Amino acid sequence: MKVELRPEQFKEHSLIGRLLRKLHIDIPLLIGLVLLLLMSFMMLYSASNQETALLIRQAARMGVSGVLMVVLAHINPRQFQRYSIPLYVLGVALLVAVLWVGDVGKGAQRWLDLGIFKFQPSEMIKITTPMMLAWYLAGHEIPPKWMHIVIATLFILIPTLLIVRQPDLGTSLLVASSGASVLYFAGISWRFLIASMVSISAFTPIYWEFFMRDYQKDRVLTFLNPEADPMGKGYHIIQSKIAIGSGGAYGKGWQGNTQSQLDFLPESSTDFIFAVFAEEFGLLGCLGLLSIYLFIVARGLYIAVQAQDTYERLLAGSLVCTFFVYVFVNIGMVIGILPVVGVPLPLISYGGTSMVTLFAGFGMLMSIHTHKKILPS
Amino acid sequence: MRRHQVIKDRFLENRIFLSRTVILFSLMLLLVAGLVSRLIYLQVAGHKKYHNMATNNRIKVSSIPPTRGIIYDKKGNVLAENLPSYSLEIIPEQVADMDATLQRLKQVLNIPEEKIDAFNKQRKHYKSFDSIPLLLQLDSIEVAQFAVLRHTFPGVDVHARLMRHYPYAELTAHLVGYVGRINEKELKNLPEAEYRSIHTIGKIGIEKAYEDLLRGHSGYAELETNAQGKPINELGRIESKPGADVYLTLDIDLQRIAYEALDIYNGAVVALDLETGGVLVQVSKASFDPNLFVSGISYKDYKQLNQSKSKPLFDRALRGQYPPGSTLKPFIGLAGLEHNITHTHQTLFCPGYYQLPNNKHKYRDWKKWGHGMVNLDDAITQSCDVYFYDMSLALGIDKMSTFLHDFGFGEKTEIDLIGEKSGLLPSREWKRIHREQVWFPGETLITGIGQGFTQVTPLQLARATAILAKRGELVKPYLAERIVDETRIIDAEHSATEHIELKASNIQDIIQAMVHVVHGARGTAKRIGKGLDYQIAGKTGTAQVYTVKQDEEYDEAEIEFNMRDHALFIAFAPAHDPKIAVAVIAEHGSHGSSIAAPIAAKVIKQYLHVEKKP
Repeated sequence: MKVELRPEQFKEHSLIGRLLRKLHIDIPLLIGLVLLLLMSFMMLYSASNQETALLIRQAARMGVSGVLMVVLAHINPRQFQRYSIPLYVLGVALLVAVLWVGDVGKGAQRWLDLGIFKFQPSEMIKITTPMMLAWYLAGHEIPPKWMHIVIATLFILIPTLLIVRQPDLGTSLLVASSGASVLYFAGISWRFLIASMVSISAFTPIYWEFFMRDYQKDRVLTFLNPEADPMGKGYHIIQSKIAIGSGGAYGKGWQGNTQSQLDFLPESSTDFIFAVFAEEFGLLGCLGLLSIYLFIVARGLYIAVQAQDTYERLLAGSLVCTFFVYVFVNIGMVIGILPVVGVPLPLISYGGTSMVTLFAGFGMLMSIHTHKKILPS
Repeated sequence: MRRHQVIKDRFLENRIFLSRTVILFSLMLLLVAGLVSRLIYLQVAGHKKYHNMATNNRIKVSSIPPTRGIIYDKKGNVLAENLPSYSLEIIPEQVADMDATLQRLKQVLNIPEEKIDAFNKQRKHYKSFDSIPLLLQLDSIEVAQFAVLRHTFPGVDVHARLMRHYPYAELTAHLVGYVGRINEKELKNLPEAEYRSIHTIGKIGIEKAYEDLLRGHSGYAELETNAQGKPINELGRIESKPGADVYLTLDIDLQRIAYEALDIYNGAVVALDLETGGVLVQVSKASFDPNLFVSGISYKDYKQLNQSKSKPLFDRALRGQYPPGSTLKPFIGLAGLEHNITHTHQTLFCPGYYQLPNNKHKYRDWKKWGHGMVNLDDAITQSCDVYFYDMSLALGIDKMSTFLHDFGFGEKTEIDLIGEKSGLLPSREWKRIHREQVWFPGETLITGIGQGFTQVTPLQLARATAILAKRGELVKPYLAERIVDETRIIDAEHSATEHIELKASNIQDIIQAMVHVVHGARGTAKRIGKGLDYQIAGKTGTAQVYTVKQDEEYDEAEIEFNMRDHALFIAFAPAHDPKIAVAVIAEHGSHGSSIAAPIAAKVIKQYLHVEKKP
């Protein structure tokens, strides 16, 4: 007996509230996202030196992504579960395809040219991998058996290694963490977690030797000592630190950033936009921004905890976790505590692909939260 | 679906999931705390440091070169000016691969390797955002050749700079001097801030002596630049202050006459204005074109100048040291009179040689058969050596040395130029210290006729002549009459100078004898005295280059040119109201009378002729 019922239905009486509910939109999550998008507009306007064409392009992407989110929010989570395998297989197939026929950009093969638009399969796999894992683990005992863990790990490793081959360190890290977080939420033993962390660190030298391209090695070396080559490879990080540090506690004010206005800071509207933010709004602004991110994460985790089904719960947890990894890795690299791996600041950096994926994730979260069934107690 | 048949412990699952979520969220908070602490480290603790770095990033100070002061002669003729010229300059900071850029530039323009070496050496001493010249004085073809390819050379550009130019070239080379590219050694000792925008410095002459005044002061522009170093905005500006103009006492027309009068001879002519002591003429020949040095002389040209036998780079007027020869006789004669050794009416028989008691050595007179009976006036007029041998012996080296010292022999004139030589005035003490020998009486004899150890610079000789002309009033030669900068005018001071205590009748006798040299029937320089409406007081001299052995004859025809004696002449005029004193040295001119005296006469004639007119 499955009766669709939304308990909050009767508490919300406002027009907008009812409209959003009908759209299967989660209001707290939406507020967080809208705040981030507004900030994104402000930052892009400033970091791009008032280039309106860039803002219009970004707005279009937001629109498309927003529509996708609403569409996904409408779909019952059961449908996600049902399509987990085909979507995963499709994603992996596209990753293989990209290695064969993909476009080369910035020394890496990531794009599939589909005629009207370019498509980055590694973005899609960020969502389909946790879907696959959630589906697989939800079908077995929780916490998973040793055997299931091995198979689940294989599901993670296949796309991860394919992305490493492109090579795209940042995305492979996100894909791996999205898969690993499913395992974590499924309750694999701490002993196993610790053991795998140790084995990953043991694997690092091998990875360094056989999988990393020179530019990636450079990035890591630069991260370890940016001052060694201030005009060359360390330039990004040093200029970024100057931008952040010179912002001080209160910042230089909106559009008061000399570092990016005068082109000292490279990639100021994409991966390094946080430095612009920190320069303009200072420590205070950074705390505010981090609070918004934490609020979204907290709301996401709340949705995951509230989820009624193992699949939904694991998927929701993983999507939120991936979002957090995004934020942490980007800010960490911009402020110089992580190597530069090419991860955008979610929802603020300029660029379309990651935004589509992120909004898709939020759409699924909203779907999970708004399609609840009353359980027979 | 069979999979859904798996029996699940929902409570266990909920518990696991909740605890995992709580743990994860705690971990996230921890990580965010890590980010925040890093932000605090950067934005609060490191704020000052990074703020300064951001400021240094965007603000660059670019220096504005001052215009160098102009050098004029006493009549306002320009001796050194600034002409616009194109130079190829590089800002190292904006060049990605310097070696490759230089190699490519070499293919476009003909750049000698030595210029590239000089540039690379200079680079070390400039800031990387300074514009450093690689090639100066580009012609219009070179400018055009580069302009076409300019976009392929980031950081390289053609600049219009003011370039020093010396319109009188050879005529003023040693005196006015020249500016040249600052070398590494000089750069170390210079105030860095002043020379950031200036790439040349006075190397010799007035250009060097008055460098600090001529240079002016660099200005600065504070520019806001973008990451490519391109100025976006000017935040502040301090204009440069042009250097002071220097007006010299030199008379370029007179200088030309003296230079041309030297004709085939190398040597020096110095003429002093007796009213002030200002230098009217200071010629050193052979000379060179100072303009060659301004843009950096090529190695080949420099080698040629440096190795030339005529030594064109050598400033003979200031640094040339010659035996004064017989030009010293009027001073020795005056010394004799002052010390009552003899006086004009005492006569001496000149047999053509002189012998010390108990010594067989014959000190020869230039006239083989002697001058017969001579008094002091005759001895100066005819330049009798024997008379002065006798007088020198009676005077002794000590009195002679002291007396000559008063006239400035053996001492720098302290003219406002750098690198002056002091000549040499021998004395007993000098010989003991420098030669570790006692003084021999024979040396007193030859000192008395201006040979032996004594050495004078042409400038010293002109000064001594001027002191004589002014009846003992000390003269201090100088060149800069007036210095004019934006705010003030500084004139040379002509304070009353010291006097040598001399008896009026003694000096009158000597001057009269010198007048006889030019105007007397037996005067050695009587050739120049004809047809003058004023009197010149002068004295000829010959300085030995080649020592004639005891029993040899000096036969001019047999001796190679560069072994011939130097011809000297000192003079002042008008004799009884002197306006100008001149000293001439014509190297290997053999005879003071025929070669050196006419040169002095031309200078005097021109000067008095022009002076009389107004």
